[in-house]
Amino acid sequence: MKRRSFVRKTVLGTFAAALGTDIVFGAKMLEGYTPLALQEPDPFKLFKKDKEMIVLNDKPWNIEAKAHLLDDKITPNSAMFVRNNGRLPEDIDPNTWTLTIDGESVTQKKTYTLKDLKTKFKQHTYQLTLECGGNGRKEFDPPAKGNQWSVGAVHCASWTGVRLKDILEDVGIKGDAVYIAYHSADTHLSGTPGKEPISRGCPMSKAMEEETLLALQMNGKDIPLAHGYPLRLVAGGWPASVSGKWVNRISIRNKVHDGPKMTGTAYRVPCKPVAPGEKVKDEDMCIIESMPVKSLITYPKTGAMIKEGKKLSIRGHAWAGDFEVVKMEYSIDFGASWKECSLEKPANRLAWQHFSAEVAFPKKGYYEVWARATDTNGMSQPMVVPGWNPKGYLNNACHRIAIKVS
Amino acid sequence: MDQNKEFQERIKKAEQTAHRAAYVTFFAALLLLLTIYYPQLGLGETKPEVIAEVVEDEDRIENGIHLRTGLKDGEGLMTVVNNCTNCHSAKLVTQNRMTAERWNTTIKWMQETQSLWELGEDQKIIVDYLVKNYPPQKKGRRLALTNIEWYELED
Repeated sequence: MKRRSFVRKTVLGTFAAALGTDIVFGAKMLEGYTPLALQEPDPFKLFKKDKEMIVLNDKPWNIEAKAHLLDDKITPNSAMFVRNNGRLPEDIDPNTWTLTIDGESVTQKKTYTLKDLKTKFKQHTYQLTLECGGNGRKEFDPPAKGNQWSVGAVHCASWTGVRLKDILEDVGIKGDAVYIAYHSADTHLSGTPGKEPISRGCPMSKAMEEETLLALQMNGKDIPLAHGYPLRLVAGGWPASVSGKWVNRISIRNKVHDGPKMTGTAYRVPCKPVAPGEKVKDEDMCIIESMPVKSLITYPKTGAMIKEGKKLSIRGHAWAGDFEVVKMEYSIDFGASWKECSLEKPANRLAWQHFSAEVAFPKKGYYEVWARATDTNGMSQPMVVPGWNPKGYLNNACHRIAIKVS
Repeated sequence: MDQNKEFQERIKKAEQTAHRAAYVTFFAALLLLLTIYYPQLGLGETKPEVIAEVVEDEDRIENGIHLRTGLKDGEGLMTVVNNCTNCHSAKLVTQNRMTAERWNTTIKWMQETQSLWELGEDQKIIVDYLVKNYPPQKKGRRLALTNIEWYELED
């Protein structure tokens, strides 16, 4: 800020001195304006995010929530994490935006306007959990490469749009279709023209699920730019990178899609467990599909101090990729004993579920409340960081908060 | 739709500003040059040092931190600034803790897939800087909770 005004004053000062008079419109000319190169944009204002959100990266934008910001049952934009791989698209015109369905496995290439999508297909609304594959990366040892997400790269907003399956049925898909691949309007960080920052997708079985949407709205409004305006693919329960933003083309492939961030170590984990730090060959890496069971205590915020004899109300959300959470527990003694929380059914398939409990503490002191979810497959969250992998995906270790009783 | 329009307008405004700023800077520089080379014109009292200050300001270091990028001051700093903050933010660099071997692998990956140029002799300077200033830290199987901000919980 200081530097900016210094530069401005210097430039104007030079100007004024040179002209031998003050510049009448000088102050106005630069008021509120800053040279782009020196700009320190305020992402909180730009993206309408809560001031407590954490900016991990500003080129590209990567912003995460803190657990207590995610307390709402339906996540508002203000608390939704942003994970961008490239530069935001510019000059989006919803009137001229089109979606093209093409690829080896379509019977015909077909293009739709946003109006077509809104008027020619039935609209559906689902609450869908999207978690970044790298949520929790920060905890891996040796450190895993990438943005060091803590716990806040997850959200569950309400998405409205067209079922992808309805569009694919309208287009006509060949029997050899294997994978769908999205293509988007964002641009590569390097500025290389035509280079895609990311183009991922999912197998046909996931694409044809009822809850897999091409969303035109989020929480009843136009999708915010950072979250994919004007059209986003939303595939709940899978790494959020499957849910492509700013989608303008979907290719139906006759093989597993091989676009940027589908190969190498991106969104892939060793097919067989490896020792921490071990090198893994490309051919031994498998694409992440359904995300693992996980939960988050969203109330109270960690660090709460309460009086002895008082019960503490806790609450939060739990989710399990393609599956459902069947049991939610908490522990105040580092896992020596667990007590059950009450747990709600999801609003719809692939939506997170809410849990709550009244926690009693036996005496004064320092406590940690740990939360553990178990899914329909009998899988539950580990208390330690799970299997190491080169890019630090799938950390579903129990979340915990610190409490002092005095 | 409104907020997206608003957002795009902001981007446009910023671009306009950049253009304006470029004009202003250009004319200011021109006038300064005139002042230096033709003092008889009496164009002003502004000293040429002012511009030098602006340039220095860009790479100012305070308390061992390169202000523009947030990188630690050290041998190889500017090589890192010039090669590693063009495409992505320095925040992506400082978030990551790797050994020399893994940094070299990462650089190779960036060259193969992300349009990073050949670094030549700079590569060793960059990797040495990173390993020295941002070494990996042991975390074990689970870290203790730290930096807890304690507060009274009201009912």
